Amino acid sequence: MIEIQNVSKRYGDKWAVKDVSFTINKGEILGFLGRNGAGKSTTMNIVTGYISATSGRVLLDGHDILEEPREVKRHIGYLPEIPPLYNDMTVEEYLRFVCAIKEVSAKNVTNHVNDICELIRITDHRKRLIKNLSKGYKQRVGMAQALIGNPEIVIMDEPTVGLDPKQIIEIRKLIKELGEDHTVVLSSHILTEVADVCERLVIINKGQVVAQDTLENLTRGISDTFRFRLRVGGPERDAQKAIREIPGLVSIDSMGAKEPGTCDFLIESERDVDIRRPLNTLMSKMGYPILMLRPMDLELEDIFLQLTSDNEEVL
Amino acid sequence: MLAIWKREFQNYFLTPIGYVFMAVLLLASGVFFMLYNVLSNSSSLSTMFSNMNYLFMLVMPVLTMKLLSEEKHTRTDQLLLTSPVSITSIVCGKFLAAVTVFALSLVGTFFNVIVIVTYSKPYWGVIFSNYLGYFLIGCVYIAIGVLMSSLTENQVSAAVLTFGVNLGLQIIESVAPYVNLPSYLGWLNKIGSWFSLYSRYYTFTAGIVSLANVIYFLTFIAVMLFLAVRVIDKRRWSEG
Repeated sequence: MIEIQNVSKRYGDKWAVKDVSFTINKGEILGFLGRNGAGKSTTMNIVTGYISATSGRVLLDGHDILEEPREVKRHIGYLPEIPPLYNDMTVEEYLRFVCAIKEVSAKNVTNHVNDICELIRITDHRKRLIKNLSKGYKQRVGMAQALIGNPEIVIMDEPTVGLDPKQIIEIRKLIKELGEDHTVVLSSHILTEVADVCERLVIINKGQVVAQDTLENLTRGISDTFRFRLRVGGPERDAQKAIREIPGLVSIDSMGAKEPGTCDFLIESERDVDIRRPLNTLMSKMGYPILMLRPMDLELEDIFLQLTSDNEEVL
Repeated sequence: MLAIWKREFQNYFLTPIGYVFMAVLLLASGVFFMLYNVLSNSSSLSTMFSNMNYLFMLVMPVLTMKLLSEEKHTRTDQLLLTSPVSITSIVCGKFLAAVTVFALSLVGTFFNVIVIVTYSKPYWGVIFSNYLGYFLIGCVYIAIGVLMSSLTENQVSAAVLTFGVNLGLQIIESVAPYVNLPSYLGWLNKIGSWFSLYSRYYTFTAGIVSLANVIYFLTFIAVMLFLAVRVIDKRRWSEG
């Protein structure tokens, strides 16, 4: 749907983004992840046509944003990092103004504003001046603004920054709802946020894309072993000794007893061997019930740090 | 463009700027009218209008200072520039909003004309040329203000810049003869005088509508607005 092709932007002698390429597919929620200053906002600003790239192209269904800006901008709703709100207008006046500049036909404006206020749940605040709204509501009005004109793609730059935990949960819920019938791009430096909301991730570091894949593949691709956490109801020494004999096991570390009469282990197995079945058979044969078996995928934080740390080679 | 104009026009009256601007212009025109017409027993509005010109230099920057600088400062330009509106319509919409407020204050001065029509014999041609000149030079100051406002994020800087340029264009003609340039640079003096707003405005107050001057003012406005569009567009490409 949107193709970002070798986009670079230079500020002075530094590259804010360098040779960034990725694709935003129709209907997906794409997470755009990077540390502060990694080039997220610059990329978002280029994709939405707010600034122009030094080199490279942004294409929406084959239309170049520089050659046909109006055509492309019609399909994109953008919520920048700081919501672009006019503080001296009421929510309704503001949304009507946005309708006018986004070419919503005059006879549909009232219905359209009503629908969006319902969706974003700001109907009760329509008559209030924007400057008197709380930060969470300002963010919502910013989201409402991005949805006006029913754009197919909604791009949000750090939509939850500065909100309290309850507001964050609400905004994430809204983003998920939006993802049902829009293509959503969400930039964030908060790992749990993208893990929670997004289907696919693009990770950017120092202006360059270092990884792009589904969350599952990213987590998996980084390690060549499976890790499990196991809790069995039996004596530690016997259980450990028996498990060691299972073919395909790489390591077993005791984690001590978390419940009386049980013991926990951290087990690592070869990637292409599923040791869960032999493990189960063995434990039941020995009369030690398995009380917990939990895969220990690498946490997103681990991937992120691994990908963005300076001395790490890129995937 | 209509949406931008409407928002900007409403904004002038959501904040005190619109009211204050109109009040100051009307107060000044009232005072000048009283001094030069009522108390001097004159039916010619020329003196009032030529004095208003100086006042413009001071108050016009207030009207235009925030037009584009504020958008940049509050980042609302991100909304405008990522919407399907052209930069030209953004700049023109804002320019026209300021022109509308100015034109409203102009309508307020019709009261003075009514007084003259009632108590004296009006020279319609002179009145018309005065109003035309007054309107055009007002638009020129607004266009300068729009350009200056596009150059900075800071409203006060925009206002001071506008004032400086207005003043420069006013005095360029009176200063030019006193600048002793070597003869091969004499053309600089000529250009300076040619650019002068005052002498061109003065012909209007004297009741002469010269097509050259009308075209000069209109071109001046167009160039200022064009430059403002270029400034905004250039910023998108900036690598600074």
